[in-house]
Amino acid sequence: MTIRLVHSVVGLALTSAILAAIMYRLNSPLAAVFELSVCSGLISVIFITTVSFTQRISKERFIVRRRERLLRFLYLPFIIIIVGLLLVRYLKIPQFSLPCLAQVTDVRLVLWNMRHLDLLGQAVIIIAGVFGVVVFFKESNK
Amino acid sequence: MSPDTFELFRYFIIFIILLFIAGVYCVLVSFNLVRALIGVEILIKAVTLLIILAGYICDRVALAQAIVLTLIVIEIVIMVVAGGVVLWAFKYNKTIDPRRLSNLRG
Repeated sequence: MTIRLVHSVVGLALTSAILAAIMYRLNSPLAAVFELSVCSGLISVIFITTVSFTQRISKERFIVRRRERLLRFLYLPFIIIIVGLLLVRYLKIPQFSLPCLAQVTDVRLVLWNMRHLDLLGQAVIIIAGVFGVVVFFKESNK
Repeated sequence: MSPDTFELFRYFIIFIILLFIAGVYCVLVSFNLVRALIGVEILIKAVTLLIILAGYICDRVALAQAIVLTLIVIEIVIMVVAGGVVLWAFKYNKTIDPRRLSNLRG
C-alpha cells in the first residue's frame, strides 16, 4: 500500500520468491522453479509494464485517498491481527485421513498420464487469453 | 498424520489464512485497479501454498505440483488479460480509479 505502485510490485515479487523457497522446502522443486521464474519474474514484468503505461497520482491526492481508505476500513488491520491471534490460540483441526490415491512420485507422469485433461484446459485458457489481449489492443480500421 | 506434521500443518494454515485476509484487504481497500490485481495475486499465492502443503502432508507431492503448474498457467493468463483491461480502461477513461469508470453504468 505504498504511494508508488512499483514498490507494491516489488513487494509482490519478494512474496513470490519467499513462497518459492517455502515450496522448495516442502519437496516441490518444480513448482518452486515455476513460481520463481513465472510469478516472480514474468508477472512483475507485466505489472511494471502496466504501471508504466498508466498515470502516477500526485502525493497530495494519495494522502487524501489514504485518509478515505483508512476511515472506511479502519477496523480491518485489527481484524487481521485478532483473527491471527485467535487462530494461533484456539484453532483445533481434527485429525483426518485421506483416501489412498495411486501414488506416483514423478510429476511428469502425473501431468501427462493422470492429469492430461489439465493440459487441454491450459491450452484452451492460453488461446482464450491470447484472443482476449488481441481484441483489447486491436486498432479500429475506421 | 504424525503430531509433527500436524503441528506444521496448523502453523501453515494460520499463515495461509492471514495471507488470504491480506489479499482480501488489498482488494477491498484499494482505489486502484493495479493494486486490486496485486490483491488477487496474493489470494492466488495463498491457494498455491495451501495446495503444496496439502500435497506435502498427504505425501502426494507430484500431484500437488501438477495442480500448481496448472494454477500458475491460469494465473498468468488472468494477469495478462486483466492488465489489458486496465490499459484499455486507462486509454478510454484516463484513470484507473474504479469509482470513475462509469462508461458501462446503466
